[in-house]
This record gives sequence, C-alpha cells and structure tokens, in this order.
Amino acid sequence: MAKMTLEQLRKLREEKKRDIERRETEGKEIRIIVGMGTCGIAAGARVAFDAILAAVERHGIGASVVLAQTGCMGLCHVEPTVEVLVPGMPDTIYGKVDAATATKIVDRHVVARALVNEHIYDRPAADIIRN
Amino acid sequence: MHRDFGDYVLDIVQNAVEAGARNIGLRIAESDGRVEVLVEDDGCGMDRDELSRALDPFHTDGTKHAKRKVGLGLPFMVQAVEAAGGTWSVESEKGKGTRVRFAFHLGHPDAPPVGDLPGLVLSLMAFEGGYELEVARTRETPGKSRLAWSARRSELAEAAGGLRDAESLALAKAFLESQEAD
Repeated sequence: MAKMTLEQLRKLREEKKRDIERRETEGKEIRIIVGMGTCGIAAGARVAFDAILAAVERHGIGASVVLAQTGCMGLCHVEPTVEVLVPGMPDTIYGKVDAATATKIVDRHVVARALVNEHIYDRPAADIIRN
Repeated sequence: MHRDFGDYVLDIVQNAVEAGARNIGLRIAESDGRVEVLVEDDGCGMDRDELSRALDPFHTDGTKHAKRKVGLGLPFMVQAVEAAGGTWSVESEKGKGTRVRFAFHLGHPDAPPVGDLPGLVLSLMAFEGGYELEVARTRETPGKSRLAWSARRSELAEAAGGLRDAESLALAKAFLESQEAD
C-alpha cells in the first residue's frame, strides 16, 4: 500500500461525499462520546471506540454521527463508558462497553432508537458533575 | 491494566489535553527493536511537588474526583517501562508544560506489544477541543527501508473533513494506516 498524500485524502473525501446520502437528524447531530481516561483505557475503551467507528460506517451514517473522546466520566467501576446523545432520545451513559456491546449500542440505540437497557449506567457519578 | 504500548501513550496525551495544552508533540522512534517515545505539551505543567505526587499511584489532584485516592496514568507507564527494563523521565514546569519520555526494548519478555499504531494516532486526534497535535513516527529495521511519516491534527482535520464525524475519522484512519504500511 502506497502512502496516501493529504491531497489524495481530500479527493477520497469528495468522492465519499458524493456516494453517501447525508441523513438529516432533525437538524441536530448524534453524538457518541467514549471515556478515554486512565480507567477507560485500562478497561479497553480503544476497542469500544474502534467497534463504534466500524459499526457506524457499516450503517453508512458516518456523516451524521459525531464520535469523540473525553477523559474519565466518573464511572470508573463500569468502564469502558460511552455517552450517547441522540435527538429525541434520553441522554444515556452506557457502561461495561466491550466490542460486542459497542456494536449493539450503534445497531439498537443509534439506528433502531431503542435503549440497550442492560448497560445503562445513567449520568456521571455525583462527585464529578460540574455545577 | 493497560494492554499495549499505545494505551500508555494515549493516557499521557489525554493528560496533556486535560492540562489545557494548545500544542502537543509526539515522537515515536523505533530502531533495532528499541522504541523511544517523547510527549511534549504546553499545558498547565506541574511544580516539583505536584510532579512527585503525579508519580504516586495513590494520589490524584482531587479536582475531578474529590473522594478518590488513586491517580494511575503516569504510574502505569513507569511500572510498565521499569518491568521491561526501560528508562523514563518526566520534566515539568508550572505554567509552561510537561515533557514525558520513555524507552524500552520491544523484545523484552515483559514489554507491552506495539499494537495498532494508526488506530492510536487516530484516537490521539479524537479528543474534544482545539489542540494541535504533531506526530512524528520513524522505524528503522536492519535490512528494510526506513519508515518515516508525520501527521498534524489541523492538516488532517482540514483534509479529512473536520475529524468530528465518524466518516471523517474513518477517512483519517485509512490515511494513517497507509502511512504506517510497509
């Protein structure tokens, strides 16, 4: 595989743009945030991040899903944690997100609009919420 | 516990982002099976006391977790590097920034595996915030041609469409994978 140049990357992006029909989500974006503090990393948050990216791409909705990382969300006991913000659905924090669960979160929560009940850990722990 | 080499690097870079760094530099140089890492940032930095506490696994600065008694980011790196017979240093200046270096032989039985480097670099670029990150990567293996590439977060974001949405991140990943490929 030859090294891609930034110019080739720009071209690839333009080609993809034409291929993909951008999905409008009521003018708002879907946000998925992976906790990437020491606790998250140690529990396998990079695996969760990769699985989410792959699942979102598989569904062809990459252009309408913002995927980001943050530090510790205060739920070190159930890492890896993933916060999912979908317009029209409750803001949700999922815990113990391995690769299979990460895929399930995209398939069920983001695409089918149903919560993955068994992994919900609600909002951050009280000692980390900013007032 | 952290699994691969990239986990330690990611942890240190996450510290830099959280320390409010505007500019972060990362160098990963591999030569004859020895890997050397340098992470430099212009974040808030630490004075001598804060630095010695940052290296203590049973200390955290208390701003994020008022009741918690552990802070494991740097101690994990120190433990892994020392287990692999490597060397490390952390220099920091309050208000100026921090410089973390570590090096070890990848062939040491207790050395962490290298893991997915392009995936690591993508993750390093995917934290929230407007920081600049410059990555310089080299690998020299006897009998093989030298691998050298660099990536800058702002340039990659411009070329790949922002590095915010998953599509842009997937494009950036393909770009980074092509840089690391032989």
